[in-house]
Amino acid sequence: MDIWTLITDPFVTIYNLLRSGIIGLLASLGVPPDWIALIVFLIMGIIVVTAILIVAPVMMMYMTWLERKLVARMQDRVGPNRVGPFGLLQPIADMIKFLTKEDIVPEGVDKPVHLLAPIVVVIPVILSFSVIQFGVGMGAVDLNLGLLFLLAMGSMATIGVFMAGFGSHNKFAMIGGMRAAAQIISYEIPQILSVVVVVLLAGSISLNGIIEKQSGLFGLGWYFFYLPVGPIAFFIFLLAATAEINRVPFDLPEAESELVAGYHTEYSGMKFGLFYLAEFLNTFIISAIAASLFFGGWQGPFVQQIPALGIAYFFGKTIILIGIQLWFRGSLPRIRVDQLMNFGWKRLVPATLALILFTAAFLWAYRVLNQFLTGLGG
Amino acid sequence: MLERYALIGLFAFAAITFPILPLVLAFLFRPKKPTRLKQSTYECGIEIQNEAPEAQSIWVQFRVQYYIYAILFVVFDIEVVFVYPWAVATNQMSLFWLLEMAVFILILVGALAYAWRKNLLEWV
Repeated sequence: MDIWTLITDPFVTIYNLLRSGIIGLLASLGVPPDWIALIVFLIMGIIVVTAILIVAPVMMMYMTWLERKLVARMQDRVGPNRVGPFGLLQPIADMIKFLTKEDIVPEGVDKPVHLLAPIVVVIPVILSFSVIQFGVGMGAVDLNLGLLFLLAMGSMATIGVFMAGFGSHNKFAMIGGMRAAAQIISYEIPQILSVVVVVLLAGSISLNGIIEKQSGLFGLGWYFFYLPVGPIAFFIFLLAATAEINRVPFDLPEAESELVAGYHTEYSGMKFGLFYLAEFLNTFIISAIAASLFFGGWQGPFVQQIPALGIAYFFGKTIILIGIQLWFRGSLPRIRVDQLMNFGWKRLVPATLALILFTAAFLWAYRVLNQFLTGLGG
Repeated sequence: MLERYALIGLFAFAAITFPILPLVLAFLFRPKKPTRLKQSTYECGIEIQNEAPEAQSIWVQFRVQYYIYAILFVVFDIEVVFVYPWAVATNQMSLFWLLEMAVFILILVGALAYAWRKNLLEWV
């Protein structure tokens, strides 16, 4: 065990140390080998899951803080600054408030659906965290279908949102739920299709596989720099993904001026808190996917020598992308519902289809030309 | 491989308990003082008790567009299922590989153009 590996790659080293320690302990206790594999899998699995489930809500809490601070600065305000230094304890105060607020269930609601909706909204977001690669060898699961799994989880959000609108027994919630469903399914298509461009370039749908393909010089071979298709695919993905998670300027399902609060009009207390949690975690997941697909995830200079840098690169890129989405919120007005649908179906869908064909033709022409040139040379 | 899916299963179990835990915690802490007014359906200041039963209903009329967009979504979402395996198979790149998908996508573009022409994409 040398100190250099511990410093440069602390999490993976500690994980391996713990794992071998448990195996050694179980072996010395005389547990049969089959059982050792199972017990080690369970213990290490529970450690990884708990770590992610602690990091995720803390990150969400400080994303709310960041959003309030950044948007306040953009609007020439100060933002939260009373609870703790720079308002840093504000998210904790908010959490206590959520816990102690009365949970008002209006009469006439569909009780089971009303109760289940916030839970159903949160589950797929948490599941998405299982395949995200946070650093070099630091994903909970390196699934070979990782990207497909993430997109599937992203589209499951529709169900919970529509349940909330349907179960609330309120016109505004119902209209908000319908709008959310229509919007999410419309923008899911350009989102998924723009990801196909990256899949074509990488030839893989494993998240780790895609990130490893972007090593390049100094770890800067990101697909964003793959001209001309990279930036176009990224911007289409960013727009479609922002619409998919109902954020400004695509926040029509919760348009305050016309629909009160949309599908969560009739929610209060911790149930409302769960919708809030899901929204922010979705923003994080979308930014993490964009960072992994177009900006090389944990790739960056000297990441091979010092793997711990990978975590910093990944979170740095993700936080910058979150900042871009907050910037949208600070500067753009909400668009109209007919503009939203027109933009999705008449602009983004044809554009992504053309982009896929163009990328495929480009790659094919490149390969043919390459073969021709090597043929000449040989 | 199986171990990875087992870990996702473990994750699924944790993901289900994760939102239930704060709800249970909040159930222990929060006050519960329901009143008739508090529990009424949210409205813009208009009392709904004295109106006719139809007016109290949430079943407002919806545009047919929601249905059409859902149908179009199904068409394109199934398309994506075919595009992904094709996109992964870049190692079998050939002229046939390219033209095959061009034909497939053009058929779908035809469907989209038809819907567009018939003004199905208009939000009326």
